[in-house]
Amino acid sequence: MPVEFMQEPERLTAALSGEIDHHQAGPLRERIDEAAIRLRPKLLCLDFGDVSFMDSSAVGLVMGRYRTISAFGGQLEVIRLSPAAARMMRLSGIQQLATLKEI
Amino acid sequence: MKACINQMKLEIESRSVNESFARAAVAAFAAQLDPTLEELSDIKTAVSEAVTNCIVHAYPDRRGQIYLWAGLYEDGLVRVRIRDRGCGIADVRQAMEPLFTTLGGERSGLGFAVMESFMDRVRVRSILGSGTTVTLEKRILGRAARDGD
Ligand SMILES: Nc1ncnc2c1ncn2[C@@H]1O[C@H](COP(=O)(O)OP(=O)(O)OP(=O)(O)O)[C@@H](O)[C@H]1O
Ligand SMILES: [Mg+2]
Repeated sequence: MPVEFMQEPERLTAALSGEIDHHQAGPLRERIDEAAIRLRPKLLCLDFGDVSFMDSSAVGLVMGRYRTISAFGGQLEVIRLSPAAARMMRLSGIQQLATLKEI
Repeated sequence: MKACINQMKLEIESRSVNESFARAAVAAFAAQLDPTLEELSDIKTAVSEAVTNCIVHAYPDRRGQIYLWAGLYEDGLVRVRIRDRGCGIADVRQAMEPLFTTLGGERSGLGFAVMESFMDRVRVRSILGSGTTVTLEKRILGRAARDGD
């Protein structure tokens, strides 16, 4: 599954790549949650810079990871979103719970 | 109404692995109208939403068929129809409201909202117990229009 993790003090970055749809979202969810629950970072950062396609399943993935990380008091950041991806994310209202950064 | 210049049909099984195949197939067909990358990406996204809904909602606990049809028109219109013979939608208007979902969990309830924001027109016809048809339309202005030649 195309996700790479980078660990810094208090910060865990999950760099996603390829196409994120319903088919890919399940395995991604498991891998990110496994790492987040094990490492319990203060900040979980989802990097969308190498994502070539996404649909609303990626929005569900982000909202679900917000629930994972906030369950133990962490924060969520979503970075390097394309303009279209950011537009889609904002339809969900997630910008009120997490930090969104566009490319 | 402008004439249809080309059509295609595709029938696939409701397996999630077919989501990427379905959107890529429709995009490859629509590429005949010389769309911009952004227009192609909008079509892919909307098709992905409709096909995923067939897999996740129409056939929740069985394998079913998904019927895709796409037509290209003289004036640059792309029309895509995604049809299933699944459970149907009780209240289409409510289903199309942003954030409305009957599944929860990792679903955000944004599929129809995304189709509406990425396409020019979205129509949904559904009969409870017999299936749903989603029709998507987008006018391709294309690379030529954008480049001004
Ligand atoms: N083909 C279908 N057959 C039966 N029900 C459907 C179909 N498409 C959509 N629905 C119903 O409409 C609701 C809204 O669909 P929509 O795609 O907007 O959101 P979702 O699929 O629940 O979440 P998301 O698309 O964000 O993952 C669904 O929860 C489902 O109840
Ligand atoms: Mg959906």
